[in-house]
Amino acid sequence: MSPLDAFAGALDSLRANALRSALTMLGIFIGVAAVIAMVAVGSGARETVLAQIRALGANLIVVVPGNVTVGGVRLGSGARASLTQDDALALEREIDAVEAAAPTSRGQVQVVAGGVNWSSWLLGVTPSFFVARDWEIALGRGLEAEDYDRGAQVVLLGETVARTLFDEIDPIGETIRLRNVPFRVVGVLARKGQTTGGQDQDDVVVAPLRAAQQRVLGVNRANARAVGSITVRVRDGEDTAQAEEQIRALLRQRHRLTAAQEDDFLLRNLADIAATRDASSRTMSWLLAAIATVSLLVGGIGIMNIMLVSVTERTREIGLRLAVGARRRDILMQFLIEAATLSALGGVAGAALGFAAARALTRIAGWPTLVSPEAILLAVGVSAGVGIVFGYYPARRAAALDPIEALRHA
Amino acid sequence: MDAAAPGRALMEVEDLARVYTMGGTALRALDGVGVAIGHGEFVAVMGPSGSGKSTFMNLLGLLDQPTRGRYRLDGEDVAGLGADARATMRNRKLGFVFQSFNLLPRATAVENVALPLVYAGVPRGERRRRAAAVLETLGLGARLDHTPLELSGGQQQRVAIARALVNEPGAILADEPTGALDSRTGLEIMALFQALHARGITLVVVTHDPEIAAFATRVLTFRDGRLVEDRRQVPRNAAAALAARPEAAA
Repeated sequence: MSPLDAFAGALDSLRANALRSALTMLGIFIGVAAVIAMVAVGSGARETVLAQIRALGANLIVVVPGNVTVGGVRLGSGARASLTQDDALALEREIDAVEAAAPTSRGQVQVVAGGVNWSSWLLGVTPSFFVARDWEIALGRGLEAEDYDRGAQVVLLGETVARTLFDEIDPIGETIRLRNVPFRVVGVLARKGQTTGGQDQDDVVVAPLRAAQQRVLGVNRANARAVGSITVRVRDGEDTAQAEEQIRALLRQRHRLTAAQEDDFLLRNLADIAATRDASSRTMSWLLAAIATVSLLVGGIGIMNIMLVSVTERTREIGLRLAVGARRRDILMQFLIEAATLSALGGVAGAALGFAAARALTRIAGWPTLVSPEAILLAVGVSAGVGIVFGYYPARRAAALDPIEALRHA
Repeated sequence: MDAAAPGRALMEVEDLARVYTMGGTALRALDGVGVAIGHGEFVAVMGPSGSGKSTFMNLLGLLDQPTRGRYRLDGEDVAGLGADARATMRNRKLGFVFQSFNLLPRATAVENVALPLVYAGVPRGERRRRAAAVLETLGLGARLDHTPLELSGGQQQRVAIARALVNEPGAILADEPTGALDSRTGLEIMALFQALHARGITLVVVTHDPEIAAFATRVLTFRDGRLVEDRRQVPRNAAAALAARPEAAA
């Protein structure tokens, strides 16, 4: 008996008991549907995170001041202003892989315009910042060379700040006060949305570094060139990890650290953050796999049960087939293929429902979902496998029947 | 059919025995039977229930394995064959007809008849062609795509006979083939068997009914697991008996 004949026979016999077949498939159907839908939600969320990180720049490394130990006392991160504008310049100049190294200083400030008072973040930047971060100007102009050199009291507003302070009014040319120091608004930044951590990236005010430090945030007494952090952009195509090593080596050298001393700075790579997120989504994947296993197990037991019933009901048919020349393996194959077909049909239908559910979640709830063809293939393949595994015992029983007994069966 | 040398038996058994062991006691269903059935014979196997005639039939049909003895089918020693080898032999050499027809209820007449060809590895198109041809010779050309439920008992048994014939076996083994039919339809089936016999097909029919046995050319009678009588006879003509029945004119 060819497998094709066996498959055609399987479809016939499943059709003959359509309702029973459908009910038996239900376990596999629901299990596969749930898994496909949940995997779609999970990978959709992950894809969104990755896309946001990509937008932020996976080739971005942020250098911040680190721990220092002074006379046996361990001081916390940022306790000493260890990073300077000169460090940034050196990184940019001496490491080929570095496209831009932007020294920035940041502080929380009270922003006042007219009668509105708003607490926001002031970011003091140099021209390198706009090379490192692709922040775009939505209204007005960007900061120009002259602004930086003169320490001009001009600012760019984040979208949230602009909306809060000025609402419908055009903010360009207006004056705002940062900790009571007047600054003139020259531009508004394009909207960037929330970070994956839920921070509003548009709640920011950007000013030339010099003006920000000297007029608002204050200059470090120990070192006038000190900055809060350095944002480094690695050139496209360069290896981020390798660049990180070069940055570390150069900074250690510049900070005159001996081999025994720890780094007095920290390197944060967005790719690392992505990896952390990846790890947590892997936990989620294991959970889904566990649910899938349980539901397929339950579905498989249902299939085994119904196949045992079917073998009993069709004892005479099996006897007849044996009498007219079916070998044991023909009977075994017939019932295995029937079980696998039952299970795989449930899997296909379940995958279709899961896919539809994922689409519905996207449309109705607005959740990002992603159904990969691999997930569907896997689900269908695994469910056919479940059919074979759980169909084996009933099929063996069918194949082991004695033809005389089977023909006599009522 | 089989082009065997004249005089050589199609089925030849010697000292054939089948012992069932049930709860420690041995039941000798068949005990030392020896007989040879030649090509083209029409043999009736008779005896009361428990006489061993069904056991004999199952052994002849390779559905069962003897506890002891030899069996040569078409010159081949088959007594020691395993289950799958016996299945292949059944497929190639034997056709079965049962009392209760044993047709697959959801399959059409053609599909039922083609079933042995499925296991003979015949391609789908040829299966249908050959099955339809056999059904036509048995007068069921108009019923090819009917399921058993749509056929009368006599038609169902003729479909079953077509199934037994389709792979051109050496012999047809029939177990009480008229047992589920009314007497007139039974006669029709026996007339068909006699027609097949006239074409040279070997037939072995198990029956408890002497009326049916009368249509055979040879009668084997069993009692208590032994062959007690082996008688050759001039058969009654089933077609003539059918014509002589009063309702036949109607």
